[in-house]
Amino acid sequence: MSNKHLFMILALIAIIVAPLIIYSGLGEDDGYFGGADGAAEEQIIIIQPEYEPWFNSFWEPPSGEIESLLFALQAAIGAIIIGYYIGYFKGLKKNNKPENNE
Amino acid sequence: MHIMEGYLPMEWAIVWYIISAIVVGYGILNLNKVLKNNPEAKPLLAISGAFMFVLSSLKLPSVSGSCSHPTGNGLGAILFGPAITSVLATIVLLFQALVLAHGGISTLGANIFSMGIMGPFVGYLVFKALRGKLNITWVVMLTAIFADWATYLTTSIQLALAFPVPDFMSSFTEFGTIFAITQIPLAIAEGLITALLWDYLSELRPELFEKITNIKKGGNNE
Repeated sequence: MSNKHLFMILALIAIIVAPLIIYSGLGEDDGYFGGADGAAEEQIIIIQPEYEPWFNSFWEPPSGEIESLLFALQAAIGAIIIGYYIGYFKGLKKNNKPENNE
Repeated sequence: MHIMEGYLPMEWAIVWYIISAIVVGYGILNLNKVLKNNPEAKPLLAISGAFMFVLSSLKLPSVSGSCSHPTGNGLGAILFGPAITSVLATIVLLFQALVLAHGGISTLGANIFSMGIMGPFVGYLVFKALRGKLNITWVVMLTAIFADWATYLTTSIQLALAFPVPDFMSSFTEFGTIFAITQIPLAIAEGLITALLWDYLSELRPELFEKITNIKKGGNNE
């Protein structure tokens, strides 16, 4: 890993961790760390209080716990696919090397 | 960037459905061509889709004190262009709409347009403009950053068009502010993740990346 990549990883961690330090001790009840999607939805209700959603989701996760289960599942599916192909690429590279050296 | 189920007036939902359907349809045709002529592009296609899948499930904290998620659409835009990326976005958004009740079926067209079409399109333009002028790592990073910003900018425009109260500009400013302050740092984070993955992949498969312009055209390698 080059210095450039190390720096990039550190910057990435800093961006994600900084808010948790800045707003340390504050939580959802204080209005922090809510979703921006939800905030946009609230904004619609503020500027047009009479608006009625005309379509409802067929199904909603019954609780926050189930929702995080499904989000974790989504991340896992994606991560498996990425990991699988990275491993596949690595294997290809490894197997090709001895041939090239001969 | 999800517009919630039912939170877009029907006429706007239809408008965005029509526009997105045209691009996604074109993307499917393109995708078939790519898979036929460049079967070795399949792993990269899977990775591009999976990358969107992972990133859009990560709700990250932002310095604004709220949370939002990256989109992951920059990688697909670079490798396959906006049309094919719109097909990948459709899969991700359908999963989130049906399983997680994030976004919706009525707002699917609008959400595909922002995350799958405008974001990748702007990213693609950034990539084209900067390619060769800067180190590829930074070009990829900027592509992903602008693809992310363009997505949220488009969502703000869509919401302001549907709810121009009291007028379009002030409504756009309101929605834009909600997303922008959260998204500016998160897009940079997304840019870093995308560039790291890009560098790693191109180290493993340098020859594949030399062909990317060909993959996009669905052309033959020879």
